[in-house]
Amino acid sequence: MSAATVTPPGTADARIPLRGHLRHTGALIRRNLLWIRQDPESMFDALLMPIVFTLLFVYVFGGSIGQALGGGQDGYVQYVIPGMIAMMSMTLSQGVGTGFSQDFNSGVMDRFRSLPIGRGSVLFAKISVELTRMLFATAVLMIVAVLVGFHITSWTGLLGAVALSTVFASSIMWVFLTLGVVLKSAQSVQAMGFLVLFPLQFGSSIFAPTQSMPGWLQHFTDYNPLSTLADAARGLMVGGPVAHDLWITLGWSVAITAVMAPIAIHKFRTKS
Amino acid sequence: MTRIDDNPSGAGSAVTVRGLVKHYGETRALDGVDLDVREGTVMGVLGPNGAGKTTLVRILSTLITPDTGSATVAGYDVLRQPRQLRRVIGLTGQYASVDEKLPGWENLYMIGRLLDLPRKTARARADELLERFSLTEAAKRPTSTYSGGMRRRLDLAASMIGRPQVLFLDEPTTGLDPRTRNEVWAEVTSMVGEGVTVLLTTQYMEEAEQLASELTVVDRGKVIAGGAIDDLKAKVGGRTLRVRPADPLRLRALAAHLDGLGITGLASTVVDTETGSCLVPILSDDQLTAVVGAVTALGVTIGSITTELPSLDEVFLSLTGHRASAPQDTVPAETREEVAV
Repeated sequence: MSAATVTPPGTADARIPLRGHLRHTGALIRRNLLWIRQDPESMFDALLMPIVFTLLFVYVFGGSIGQALGGGQDGYVQYVIPGMIAMMSMTLSQGVGTGFSQDFNSGVMDRFRSLPIGRGSVLFAKISVELTRMLFATAVLMIVAVLVGFHITSWTGLLGAVALSTVFASSIMWVFLTLGVVLKSAQSVQAMGFLVLFPLQFGSSIFAPTQSMPGWLQHFTDYNPLSTLADAARGLMVGGPVAHDLWITLGWSVAITAVMAPIAIHKFRTKS
Repeated sequence: MTRIDDNPSGAGSAVTVRGLVKHYGETRALDGVDLDVREGTVMGVLGPNGAGKTTLVRILSTLITPDTGSATVAGYDVLRQPRQLRRVIGLTGQYASVDEKLPGWENLYMIGRLLDLPRKTARARADELLERFSLTEAAKRPTSTYSGGMRRRLDLAASMIGRPQVLFLDEPTTGLDPRTRNEVWAEVTSMVGEGVTVLLTTQYMEEAEQLASELTVVDRGKVIAGGAIDDLKAKVGGRTLRVRPADPLRLRALAAHLDGLGITGLASTVVDTETGSCLVPILSDDQLTAVVGAVTALGVTIGSITTELPSLDEVFLSLTGHRASAPQDTVPAETREEVAV
């Protein structure tokens, strides 16, 4: 018979087999995908943000920053697009926090927690769906990038940059998961996320080189993982030094995950 | 009584609660609660807002853990065997806990899969339950378009997917209009007919009387009364007969007459000036007949006559001598004055 045979109550083993975890995670992923089908507008941010931001930065700031860089607008496109991959993944990783907050407030989470499933399945399904959304946004970004004149010099480099952004974004997701569990409403998660992300994104080398910034700010940008992520992505996609920034970014990812994942899981398990 | 052999401690008791305590900061949400629910029965837990009803349900469904005390559901310990316990319970919360963005069918199918039903069985079970709760036509519509009653029915259907042994209903009809409330009551009654044990929390004596065979009254985290519903009703004065004379001027005379009869041997007749009627506490149908007879004998034309169950407030007043501790915006306050005899 199939492995799905229902164990009679009383003899039920408390441990959930791996197949069970996969089944539960699958059912929850299906749920999140159905959300998108019911409400396609929820994909607008992943679709429009890369378009709007690319056009905005390339055509509004591109000319003057490009001039300073010495490559004009075309040079700026090569500079900013790898950074945009980093920015996009950060911004979209907020979705896990707001989604969780909504689930808690609507009582759906109570339903899940009263079911005999591992609580990790709920986390894992959410993270998988948000990572998929992020990859979708990155694909849109790359299409727009090519349209505004970005030259993909190395496909392996591009894949490497996307992979690195995804790794770092999954570590940041733990921060947003924690916020989603701790804060009372999805709005506060979004507001808090904005407060955290905005300085990190703009106080970095994503949009402009940091050499002209004041010294104290340079100290911040040098250690800002978004700078190292953007620089590593730039090195991978258009050439230049990679190793140093790559290791610092991976280090940040490991550190953030090591600290925040246990906190997020603990808060999630003990939330009443 | 049939006993389930593989139920470790189930001596006919589906829910056993001993000395349950739960604090939220300074507040004692539960302050040493004991409770037993026999298999196949409906236990009503009656109390005002903030009495600890929801906390109790959340502990029994393993959503939160108690500070001290113990509880078992279908023989499984809430602290030591939460996973096994979750397999045999159904929960319908105070707020409909279905996914509003999903269609009704998808909600049920998802829960079926989370309960490890094979795909085919989960599909069949979703169809079957939608049919049973009269939601087949709305199966493909997002739940957000459902009416309050439909949502509550879907929530009940969701709790039934795993064929639970014990069902927790936390204020299942709060916020519903009377017609929808009757629908939900009918569904609950039919579930009980299938042998499910139900623990139901409510703020309404009427709901408890309709559904429960036994009642536990809680206030400020403590059990203040418990037992068979008929015994408790006798204790709190059963029903109230409301007689409105067609001629308002005869009101006081009628009240004085009824009070003088001493038929019910209970608290004195009360005059409700706002509605122009007399309120007479009655314990039995015989007393009811006697009072109606007395009114007829006096020759007063009756404008209307109804019997009412005591409100939660009145239950509390009779059991504890004080009003329910939380403000009751759901129970209309009545203006009354004692008849001076």
